[in-house]
Amino acid sequence: MEKQFLTDAAERYYHNEMTPEERVYFEKLRNDNPEADQIVVEHLFFLEQLDRLSRIQKLKQVMNTVEDKLEVEGAIQLKNNKFKAKVIHIWKRYKRTISVAAAAAVVVSVFTASGVSIFSQNKKAALTPLVDRKLNQMEHKLNQMENKLKDVATPPATPFEANFRATGFLLNRNGYIITNAHVANLARNLIVENAKGVQFTAESIYSNALTDIAILKITDSNFKRTSPLPYTFREEDADLAEQIFTLGYPREEIVYNQGYLSALSGYYGDTTSYQIGISVNPGNSGGPVLNKNGEVIGVITSKETNADGVVFAIKAESIYQAVKEIKEREQDTIKIVNDNSLKGHDRVQQIKSLSNFVFKVKGN
Amino acid sequence: MKKNLGYFSSLTVLTDRQVDNFNDERALLKGLASHDPHAIELIYRQNYGVIEGFIIKNNGFAEDARDVFQEAMVILFEKAQSDSFELNCLIKTYLFSVSRRIWLKRVQKNKKTYLPEMDILEETIPVEEDLETHLKRNEDLDLMEAAMNKIGEPCKSLLEAFYLQKKSMPEIADQFGYTNADNAKTQKYKCLNRLKKIFFSQYKTEE
Repeated sequence: MEKQFLTDAAERYYHNEMTPEERVYFEKLRNDNPEADQIVVEHLFFLEQLDRLSRIQKLKQVMNTVEDKLEVEGAIQLKNNKFKAKVIHIWKRYKRTISVAAAAAVVVSVFTASGVSIFSQNKKAALTPLVDRKLNQMEHKLNQMENKLKDVATPPATPFEANFRATGFLLNRNGYIITNAHVANLARNLIVENAKGVQFTAESIYSNALTDIAILKITDSNFKRTSPLPYTFREEDADLAEQIFTLGYPREEIVYNQGYLSALSGYYGDTTSYQIGISVNPGNSGGPVLNKNGEVIGVITSKETNADGVVFAIKAESIYQAVKEIKEREQDTIKIVNDNSLKGHDRVQQIKSLSNFVFKVKGN
Repeated sequence: MKKNLGYFSSLTVLTDRQVDNFNDERALLKGLASHDPHAIELIYRQNYGVIEGFIIKNNGFAEDARDVFQEAMVILFEKAQSDSFELNCLIKTYLFSVSRRIWLKRVQKNKKTYLPEMDILEETIPVEEDLETHLKRNEDLDLMEAAMNKIGEPCKSLLEAFYLQKKSMPEIADQFGYTNADNAKTQKYKCLNRLKKIFFSQYKTEE
């Protein structure tokens, strides 16, 4: 009985239900009686565990409700959807002749079909994403407007405090920049910085987690059209063993590196990327991979941690795909000019001309 | 005059917006700490997609993404609830870093489907310490859940009603058909003792 009294008291103590006098008395009791104190301490610990379980269970309930809602909206994938991985797997196996764009279309359509069949009783579910996207476009326009206002109103004094750095490069002379989706998605605010150290505000207008391509647009009013791009983008697969090189910002200073094309597929047989042998470091993400003719063949994305010099680059085809998707969404039309002025020059000349088009991407 | 006003108002909008941004993150964390469904939904909308993308790209399924994200959310939630809490980076960066660590750990642990670790080339923030603490504390939580599942009915429901759903004693007496709150309380005490016994016996053998 004494024990029950103690645990009851401990419970009231834990929940702050004691009067001040009771509290004083209770604390004195614990002080004078180590055995009682032991029981109380144990019970308090136990209550804390129970409470924690309660808090987390409640959180999980709310999260499950949220997930259900987002799933119906199509904002997140069906929980039991093992389709995607399978489709990609099959696609990887029978890849050879299928172009990335076509393959992506297969993935998308199978996806849509599965989504529709599962939700056929719920028409809203299949339609909502479109609406969502339109909303995004509107939000996007609002953001742009706000950014323009910002340009007028803010004195350019405060330096930008970035918490990560990566690389990006121009897609055309009007200030569209290619980088990785995993870069763009990390940031709320983005800036890009050219080789001369001039910073421009930018925003992500496209980001595809699957291909890992993102396209940023420089929104800064101080940005002037650059001279024509010296490089072009190669839509077809590059050749095995081709010599390649990259420029990027693993440091605050631009860094050059060269290597070779190791395999025509990437991580775990992924046909949308290449494996290349080159030395890169954190910060190189989003950098261009070029061949000796000055054609961009890919975009650096990741490396294998446990192996040296095993690096993956997204094929340039995905860039064309991104441009096409942006156009289809009627969001923007981005012109890619194919006029190469690097071909035939030696590497030093090539890099001199290139480095003006490779940017630091920073964000916070 | 009108022009001036326009300029001035755009300035105000901007400052407001900056304050908003700042408050947004704090408000979101506050909302998360208090189980606010709106805050939690917003955090999902802003962050889930990226993490889902990362996990699926790294050989996971949508289901894994749900799991990992929930675990990361629990870590952030407990952080947000502690008094000394301060997040030194964006929620986005934090959730991504934690989720990424959790996922890579799982992939490595599961030897059968072992794959070389994929690393993105961005600096994520170090979260090893948070994760360790969390895993350690999760063992305690698992023990509690296991103990709960061991005590049997009606003890389990009774204790859950009181300690997890925080129902009052009269409510519980009514629900479980006890003649009065005192009877329910006595029963609860007996059940609690059993739970404690199981919990601490496992707890001690673990150590």
